[in-house]
Amino acid sequence: MYKSFLIKYAEIGVKGKNRYIFEDRLCDQIRYALKRCEGEFEIRKTQGRIYVDALSEFDFDEVVENLKTVFGISGICPVVQVEDEGFEKLCEDVIAYMDKVYPDKNLTFKVETRRARKNYPKESMEVNCDIGAALLNAYSEMRVDVHKPDVMLHIEIREKIYIYSTVIPGPGGLPIGTNGKGMLLLSGGIDSPVAGYMISKRGVKLDAVYFNAPPYTSDRAKQKVIDLARLVSKYSGPINLHIINFTDIQLYIYEKCPHDELTIIMRRYMMRIAQQIAENTGSLGLITGESIGQVASQTMQSLAATNDVCTMPVYRPCIGMDKQEIVEISEKINTYETSILPYEDCCTIFVAKHPVTKPNVNVIRRHETNLEERIDELVRVALETDEVLHIEW
Amino acid sequence: MEVYLDNSATTRCLPSVAELMTKIMCEDYGNPSSMHRKGVESEKYLRYAREVIAKNLKVQEKEILFTSGGTESDNIALIGAAFANYRAGQHIITTAIEHPAILQTCAYLEEQGFQVTYLPVDSNGRIRLSDLDAAITNETILVSIMHTNNEIGSLQPIAEAGQLIKKRNPNIIFHVDAVQGYGKFRIHPKKMNIDLLSVSAHKIHGPKGVGFLYINDKVKVKPIIFGGGQQKGMRSGTENVAGIAGMAKAVEEIYENLDEKVSRLYVLKAKFVEQMSHLEGIKINGLTGIESAPHVVSVSIEGVRSEVVLHALEDKGIYVSAGSACASNKPAFSATLKAIGIEKQYLDSTLRFSFSTFTTEEELDYTVRQMYDLIPMLRRYTRH
Repeated sequence: MYKSFLIKYAEIGVKGKNRYIFEDRLCDQIRYALKRCEGEFEIRKTQGRIYVDALSEFDFDEVVENLKTVFGISGICPVVQVEDEGFEKLCEDVIAYMDKVYPDKNLTFKVETRRARKNYPKESMEVNCDIGAALLNAYSEMRVDVHKPDVMLHIEIREKIYIYSTVIPGPGGLPIGTNGKGMLLLSGGIDSPVAGYMISKRGVKLDAVYFNAPPYTSDRAKQKVIDLARLVSKYSGPINLHIINFTDIQLYIYEKCPHDELTIIMRRYMMRIAQQIAENTGSLGLITGESIGQVASQTMQSLAATNDVCTMPVYRPCIGMDKQEIVEISEKINTYETSILPYEDCCTIFVAKHPVTKPNVNVIRRHETNLEERIDELVRVALETDEVLHIEW
Repeated sequence: MEVYLDNSATTRCLPSVAELMTKIMCEDYGNPSSMHRKGVESEKYLRYAREVIAKNLKVQEKEILFTSGGTESDNIALIGAAFANYRAGQHIITTAIEHPAILQTCAYLEEQGFQVTYLPVDSNGRIRLSDLDAAITNETILVSIMHTNNEIGSLQPIAEAGQLIKKRNPNIIFHVDAVQGYGKFRIHPKKMNIDLLSVSAHKIHGPKGVGFLYINDKVKVKPIIFGGGQQKGMRSGTENVAGIAGMAKAVEEIYENLDEKVSRLYVLKAKFVEQMSHLEGIKINGLTGIESAPHVVSVSIEGVRSEVVLHALEDKGIYVSAGSACASNKPAFSATLKAIGIEKQYLDSTLRFSFSTFTTEEELDYTVRQMYDLIPMLRRYTRH
């Protein structure tokens, strides 16, 4: 019965002169999401509203499911379209609509009309009253409540007449592409895909970098990260995934630096490399899945030691979250099952039994000087052999 | 150079097998149960396959049941025999180093009320006949022993076990999982007192998704798959004609000059083992001579995790298996390696090299050279 969806957006409404940019990006993202759905659709921007009209048969559940992945949408209203064949016919249509959507008539309602087509013979207020009266006649159990109705029944009079009353919550946030681009450090764990999701929710386009350590990590571990990037791209839009061969750097650090500092120094080089790629490709910040105290490398001291090499802002959306909270989001966005596949990643292969938990930045810096001889060359080679994969859902 | 030494996992399909299968799938695609000519044509392939396999095992054609592979054969053998004979007793004997297709099926049967005894093995991965003798009770209805172990290539005393079992009680059903042994050894169930024998096609250069179970005519086995009554109701479902014919073709080719092929493999294996054993900190598991399988070598490498060596070899074009696949966050050590009492530090550093009759000396020499290069380098970097 539904032929259109009215797309509601929350925060965009408050934007000033830039509003059109936000709306255009939202339309782009809706298009990206609907590409996966069977059927043809038209996306219209009219008078401060976005409509998705189905031009063909479509699968209602599939469309709603995919619209729910579009950041910026606060609500999705399924709309019934009827031809304007006189007011009496409209009343019949509304009565039929209410019967179908609300089998239990014991409810309060309010009619809210927008008359976009100004030559319609009745004014909005008249329509409100007359349709309300018709409904009360048809269903004796229904009551009007203009302050807190159970059902807000919207009638929009355009070329056709649109009837809607339900709102399916959207994911909120801002449309992708309205807030620049960020570089996500994707490890294959539970946290980093969640971090990517959370930042892209604020309208940030994502690129990602993965540190591969063959032969210590396998092609399956790499495939797992590609799969995770693909799951995130369902929300974030296309991602360029950079795969950096980190083995030689890691082995060199292993040879030259104290073993209990290996993880911290390794992470410092990951940040440096990620930052370099970010600068080269137009990302404005780094994004990590770190959460204070979760592991040795994520204590306040360790984070400070890692952050010490960053000149770019580092966004850590999971920073104050408990593991369980992160897991809940990863389950919601469907990355959890992939994240827990048991493949070795580059952070665990050489991890010391007792890594430092309170590293001193100055000590770390001093130990890093052991690497002076070859590290720049190794980093250069790693950056040059960067494998870039374009990932989209 | 590409060197595939993971033939115990699966083997390359023979071109003649693939060719025959393509013809069947594209031209002779009839359903063998159909009454028309297309069906009859297709049924001929099943007859051909039955004939080839029965001849190879020296059994009757009606004793061959086509299945989807080793796992299904093992399942029908164990579950089918257990349920058909539970009135005679509810005790089953198997070994601690069986394939999961046996061990997991036994676990299921235990849930169903059967008792299962798991025979231990010695440090070479072989059961002791005295243990088997001691395990048999009046309640025993089924004994299942693998022919060749898939991880260390140990051979079980199948003929002796068969004799012992039948001497104790001729009604005890003897099942042998020959997935790794078939195609390397001539196995004649009637002479070895084997009642049920599981085989998989893709381990002998045939296609995946097909295998067979030999079922002694005199033994009662119940079906576990029901439907249209194909294969005399023992295994319903339209037969995988192309796969079955492909399997028969592979059997024909593999068994041609088998003795020659196998003695060549033993020579290659001996040289490989000899060269490997000179590498420092290396331990070869199980027996290595003709008392072992000609195609499996299990190597433990001190101080390096098997997964790392595996990926390093992969980088050189060499494909092998890790004795047990596990990551730091999910140890899953092999039951076989544990059962032969391998030291703890080796559990996570055992590789399996498995050959096929097509493996060449050159390939093995190349592999040995790569091992000599890689192992000392990899040993420098380890988890502390």
